[in-house]
Amino acid sequence: MAIVTYKGVGISALSACVPSRKIDNYHYGLDIWSESEVKKVVDKIGVKERRFVDERTCASDLCFAAAERLFRDNDIDRREIDLLVFLSQTPDYRMPATSILLQNRLGLETSTMAFDISLGCSGFINGLGIIYGLLQSGGYRKALLLDGETRSKVYSRKDRREAFIFGDAGIAALIESDEKYGTSSFSFNSDGSRGNLIMIPGGGYRNMSSIETLTEKVVDEYGNIRCDENGYMNGADVFNFVIEEVPKDIKRLIEVTGSDIQKMDYYVFHQANAFINNYIAKKMKLSRERIPWTIQKFGNTSSVSIPLTIVSELKDKMKGKKKLMLSAFGVGMAWATAIVPFVDCQISDIVEI
Amino acid sequence: MKSLNEFVALFAEQFDETDASEITASTNYHDLDEWSSLIALSVIAMVDEEFDVALKGDDVKNSRTVEDLFNRVIAKQ
Repeated sequence: MAIVTYKGVGISALSACVPSRKIDNYHYGLDIWSESEVKKVVDKIGVKERRFVDERTCASDLCFAAAERLFRDNDIDRREIDLLVFLSQTPDYRMPATSILLQNRLGLETSTMAFDISLGCSGFINGLGIIYGLLQSGGYRKALLLDGETRSKVYSRKDRREAFIFGDAGIAALIESDEKYGTSSFSFNSDGSRGNLIMIPGGGYRNMSSIETLTEKVVDEYGNIRCDENGYMNGADVFNFVIEEVPKDIKRLIEVTGSDIQKMDYYVFHQANAFINNYIAKKMKLSRERIPWTIQKFGNTSSVSIPLTIVSELKDKMKGKKKLMLSAFGVGMAWATAIVPFVDCQISDIVEI
Repeated sequence: MKSLNEFVALFAEQFDETDASEITASTNYHDLDEWSSLIALSVIAMVDEEFDVALKGDDVKNSRTVEDLFNRVIAKQ
């Protein structure tokens, strides 16, 4: 039961970048499906609009733009950054790690410790926990968490079950030690027995890239088409997983830490889709005014959705001390809950590239 | 505990275009025009809410009639 607490570490500044290209979901895929079919899907998942990068832009580029903005807005001395983490499942290359390339692009010292974390929707909370632990050890001055995804490059536009949900975005979070932050609590979970619920089966080293993995096939009775190097999602079993695990994990962290769930300033959930997010909000009986949403305008941006939602919806609401509950769940399957204090977090305007 | 009739009524509520009168305990729901993976999600949510049972995708896929599904829900309670 991985419930972990850290003291005196927090996010001092946060920025985000989205591609300028907007996808109007009600008018997406009309060459494949009828307007009424598209409307049904879009109404259910609640993603009205999302952002797509062009072919040449990577998650690292979105994070780079967000980081530059964060440095500029907060007058950061780059030499003080000792730790750089890039969190993504859409890295630039299979090797080297994108974080190392970003060290150079951002002009950080070569004495920076840099590494990638390969996690999906649950990842932001894991990334925070890892960095909080390292910073609490005392050796690092400032840390930069860059979390970016270009899921538009992962899913088939001819597979209705995934084609309308995902969007692209990147964020930069500056993390520092300071007594003022107090205690943060995390619950981390992993269940590899559900590994096949969300997956890109081809193109790794188990099923290496080949003509076979790149050949599109009709995959079900509805005529959905994808290849093995596209991602797929088993929607019903993902929802079953959410029902079985997410409310339980939230309750457990609240209980173990002796917190009052009604006393959080905001509840920021991974923006999976409106159907799932409505389900959790209702199940947990949480006040809707304290649940910020971006699923309607940015879609599901995987691990980026929590910090993106904070930047987009809480920019002017984070003055003073705020207690946030974060909850994220997805591919792995992996899920995490955190109670994290924010103190005067500096939030930049969203950058568009 | 809820009856089969109550389950059928709750099941029928998950559809937008299919009239409730078209859905009975012996209806093979896979044959309904409106049946889709999206409706399946609503059914799973309803079963969680009303019966406190978390159905899996296979439960919904492998049951044929509304009554079959009701029996699976009861077996899992």
